Amino acid sequence: MTQLTPVLSAHWDEKDSFTIDAYRRHGGYGAVAKALAMEPDAVIQTVKDAGLRGRGGAGFPTGMKWGFIPQGDNKDHYLVVNADESEPGTCKDTPLMMANPHVLVEGIIIASYAIRANYAFIYIRGEVVHVVRRLQQAISDAYAQGLLGKNIQGSGFDLELVLHVGAGAYICGEETALLDSLEGFRGQPRLRPPFPAIAGLYAKPTVVNNVESIASVPSIINNGSEWFASMGTEKSKGYTLYSLSGHVANPGQFEAPLGITLRELLTLAGGVRSGHQLKFWTPGGSSTPLFTQDHLDVPLDYEGVSAAGSMLGTKALQIFDETTCVVRAVLRWTEFYKHESCGKCTPCREGTWWLVQILRDLEAGKGTAADLDKLLDVVDNIMGRSFCALADGAASPIISSLKHFREEYMQHLALGACPFDPVASTLFATAGAK
Amino acid sequence: MAFNSDQLVIMDSIIARYPRKRSAIMPLLHYVQSVYGYVTADGIEIIAEKLDLATAEVTAVSTFYTQYKPEPVGEYHVGVCTNTLCAVMGGDAIFAAVKEHLGIENDGVTDDGKISIEHIECNAACDYAPVVMVNWEFYDNQTVASVIDLIDGARGGNPPAPTRGPKTLRTWKENSAVLAGLSDGLANEGVAAGDPSLLGLRISKSAGGNS
Repeated sequence: MTQLTPVLSAHWDEKDSFTIDAYRRHGGYGAVAKALAMEPDAVIQTVKDAGLRGRGGAGFPTGMKWGFIPQGDNKDHYLVVNADESEPGTCKDTPLMMANPHVLVEGIIIASYAIRANYAFIYIRGEVVHVVRRLQQAISDAYAQGLLGKNIQGSGFDLELVLHVGAGAYICGEETALLDSLEGFRGQPRLRPPFPAIAGLYAKPTVVNNVESIASVPSIINNGSEWFASMGTEKSKGYTLYSLSGHVANPGQFEAPLGITLRELLTLAGGVRSGHQLKFWTPGGSSTPLFTQDHLDVPLDYEGVSAAGSMLGTKALQIFDETTCVVRAVLRWTEFYKHESCGKCTPCREGTWWLVQILRDLEAGKGTAADLDKLLDVVDNIMGRSFCALADGAASPIISSLKHFREEYMQHLALGACPFDPVASTLFATAGAK
Repeated sequence: MAFNSDQLVIMDSIIARYPRKRSAIMPLLHYVQSVYGYVTADGIEIIAEKLDLATAEVTAVSTFYTQYKPEPVGEYHVGVCTNTLCAVMGGDAIFAAVKEHLGIENDGVTDDGKISIEHIECNAACDYAPVVMVNWEFYDNQTVASVIDLIDGARGGNPPAPTRGPKTLRTWKENSAVLAGLSDGLANEGVAAGDPSLLGLRISKSAGGNS
């Protein structure tokens, strides 16, 4: 059994864990002093050696991303933290920032120093007002203690940190849409190249990192790259937050080394809810292809999940039992992608609209067998044909559900209706429900 | 109505946070909502004037984001998550019951202006499903009965406290000010983390596996 490794979450059970006093009580901001005494390039090298990879979904090596920022270019550099956590199923950064905002602030100071940025932003989604309060307070307290602002701790390093609050747009989690949004425009993705490392915020070299990635940095500076790399698997190093939700006895957050399996996590979560069996699950949010009970032993690291035909994504494990209609689930996700398509690229804007029309008919039992092929045909025409990956994400649940559950789609057609009772899948279903 | 001098000073302080002033458009729109409850024509005009933009450019941004409301919402804006996981676990049943209870549809407002409703997308609290947000505060692990009680309490001026949030539920306008970056001093209220957030940590501690 893999041992859990609480690092980021180690003190969340203390009722004042979000305060600067509590953070300092556990050695907080010690990594800043250590990093500011190092050369910036040495900080980058330490993060590279640790093998930290982006925790926002793509898994790109964080240190390498930092290394792409041109140095000595006499341009302003920016660090932007992507706190727009919105991928369905994803719920790790939000509790992290609520319970321990200072570990993020400390990571930001270190990362900004490494890439020589004097301005940093946290772009947080607007629908989590209490998390906004916690971050506001953390930033304010960090300024008051000389950890932000001019000449931080006498190092000569200056950093301004601004909290920017979004306003309800999933697409702003995409890094270039986020930058457009932060510049004051509609949040629509940009064509790449140029990548943000060359022309990001205000067309200046910019690093965009996920909250959890940046929050992992202080522990790496404190304990060393070897410590971090001693956890996890060969190419997926370190600890990370796994979020279990849905039809499990005890949903919640689990900080574990990369490579733990769902079978292990389910054991910790008390199993699938009593009297039911696992039917399908997402390994990393709704944009990652669905898995089934055949995938319980897939190592949940970047390579393992990929080799099994999905993506590690945000490690958002949404668990659905046999009471759940997969067609209904996929329809609802597709409605989400249609709603959140920013409209810039025609294949995504139009394609997701048509996918919803077809799936609504199928779920209601009004479709035809030809509609299943039409779904795949539409998917084929939107994947990889847009500026960003939203349409690719929309395709994932459709393709994977047809792969694993084609028979269930056919049942809807044969019956002329959905064979499932939606009440049975609710948490408050009575024991006698179908 | 126009903005008074104090409000204009606040708007200038919001603009001053950014290296380039256009970046202030989003917090300024949140600020306009904190004054009026929604994005008014007046608000669009003052933002355009302050940022040297055409009103059409400000409107283009305002209409892109779902949290900016073109019409007044209730003093308590109730969002029921109906993305897949919450929907399956009870969100659909909750939203149907809320609509029936209030006699309004999605995006509707009660006649007394107290409550408005909206079905929302995933709000990053899936381990607390089914999730309901009121004025963007967390109400975790909801049932049909708990949400009806919540709404009736809010209509009567006595809403229950958020599950993870301040001791007292603030109004839509008050919370819009926080989103604009104006502190209300309530960061220290409420829990650090709910039980699901602590599950792995507690298991690790009880197993003694936390070296």
